[in-house]
Amino acid sequence: MKINLPEDVERLSELKAGDYVEISGFMYTARDAAHKRIKKLIEDKKELPFDLKNNGIYYVGPTPSGERVYGSAGPTTSSRMDVYTPELLDMGLKFMVGKGRRSKDVKEAIIRNKAVYFVAAGGAGALLGSCVKEVEDIAFEDLLSESVKKITVKDFPVFVGIDCDGNDIYER
Amino acid sequence: MNYRVISCEKTKDKIIEALKDLCVIYPSDIYEKMLRAKDEEKGRAVKAMEMLIENARIAEEENIPICQDTGMVIVYLHLGHGMSFDGDINKTINEAVAYSYDRYYLRKSVVDDPLFDRTNTKDNTPCIIYTDFVDSDHLEIEIMAKGFGSENMSAVKMLKPAEGIDGVKDFVIDTVKKAGPNACPPMIVGVGIGGTFEYAAYMAKHSLMKGMDEYHSDERYRKLEEDLLEEINKLDIGPLGLKGKNTCFKVNIESYPTHIAGLPVAVNICCHACRHIKVEVYED
Repeated sequence: MKINLPEDVERLSELKAGDYVEISGFMYTARDAAHKRIKKLIEDKKELPFDLKNNGIYYVGPTPSGERVYGSAGPTTSSRMDVYTPELLDMGLKFMVGKGRRSKDVKEAIIRNKAVYFVAAGGAGALLGSCVKEVEDIAFEDLLSESVKKITVKDFPVFVGIDCDGNDIYER
Repeated sequence: MNYRVISCEKTKDKIIEALKDLCVIYPSDIYEKMLRAKDEEKGRAVKAMEMLIENARIAEEENIPICQDTGMVIVYLHLGHGMSFDGDINKTINEAVAYSYDRYYLRKSVVDDPLFDRTNTKDNTPCIIYTDFVDSDHLEIEIMAKGFGSENMSAVKMLKPAEGIDGVKDFVIDTVKKAGPNACPPMIVGVGIGGTFEYAAYMAKHSLMKGMDEYHSDERYRKLEEDLLEEINKLDIGPLGLKGKNTCFKVNIESYPTHIAGLPVAVNICCHACRHIKVEVYED
């Protein structure tokens, strides 16, 4: 099925773990170093570089884009972000895109906030990068590939990894 | 003894040339395994393999990396006895890597200090360089661009000699189970058995250089490679962890003599983007 995000964010609750979904719309990129900085901003009660509410994060650090819109851009392993994720979900984050298993704490926060964790094809950076149609700089430029961008995607292919009831694709 | 001198400049050019396509085009034997895996799978795993195959096509046609994690570069220098260089070879190799990662739009994934600063070095150096001497009239260089999704799921264990074959099997299987979807299956599993703590890990990594039709020269280890492959593929982890028969394409074992008290075993996992290449450099 196809879904527009974050536009159709209320439809996330219709999705079931294992469903194949193509996402169009936008999401923000952030991985290890960006999460660490966002956590620090929250602790210091400072403004975040983007509004978490009803939005999504893609765990990615792309290759340099060169002449293209975006470089090779597959998902990185989500579990490294597990320590930060429950707090972000409680602040309104609605979906995440990554790969691999999540912790019990993340799962509970997903259920509590009716969020969804999507998994993209690990190692399919060329395919996934070509679904990115626009890129906007948001924050932490010094982090290079780990900087935060707003990416506009079209038919970005994913599976529902953990649905809003906590069902897990890797456990079915 | 022949005293040969290898040109650093020539070595640098060879490495730059090797890195051009290394992250863009799959080794052909792995690509063939992917095509076969697609036909063997059912359900979501078929979709998973179709995406990886489509990805390979886009990467090659548009000349962009298969995977955004273009890795940390590992270089094995195998020098002939009596061979030397006309300059600083370590510097030469790092210059070749820095140039290539910039020139070919590869991701710079190396941080200077691992614990305190973690500041990106901005040119993907330093790389890891191993040097040894062999019976050869030329320099052989093996290059690997190793991604860390799978590297992070690797492990070393000091088994007791009494744990034997079953102990080795249990450790390898357990490590693959723990890796599961995180290591981007279908994976290649490198196993080092014997030596010392760090040499087992060295062998596990170096074994990832092998082609899909290369096996351990000792029949007993070859059988262990095949048995492990079969058992791993029964785990039902499957392509991208979406269940299925193709969790692992190949198990490679390297072994070495060890101490009477020990049985070191290391497991180094590599994702399907197992990027490795060999180049040869001769004296002018």
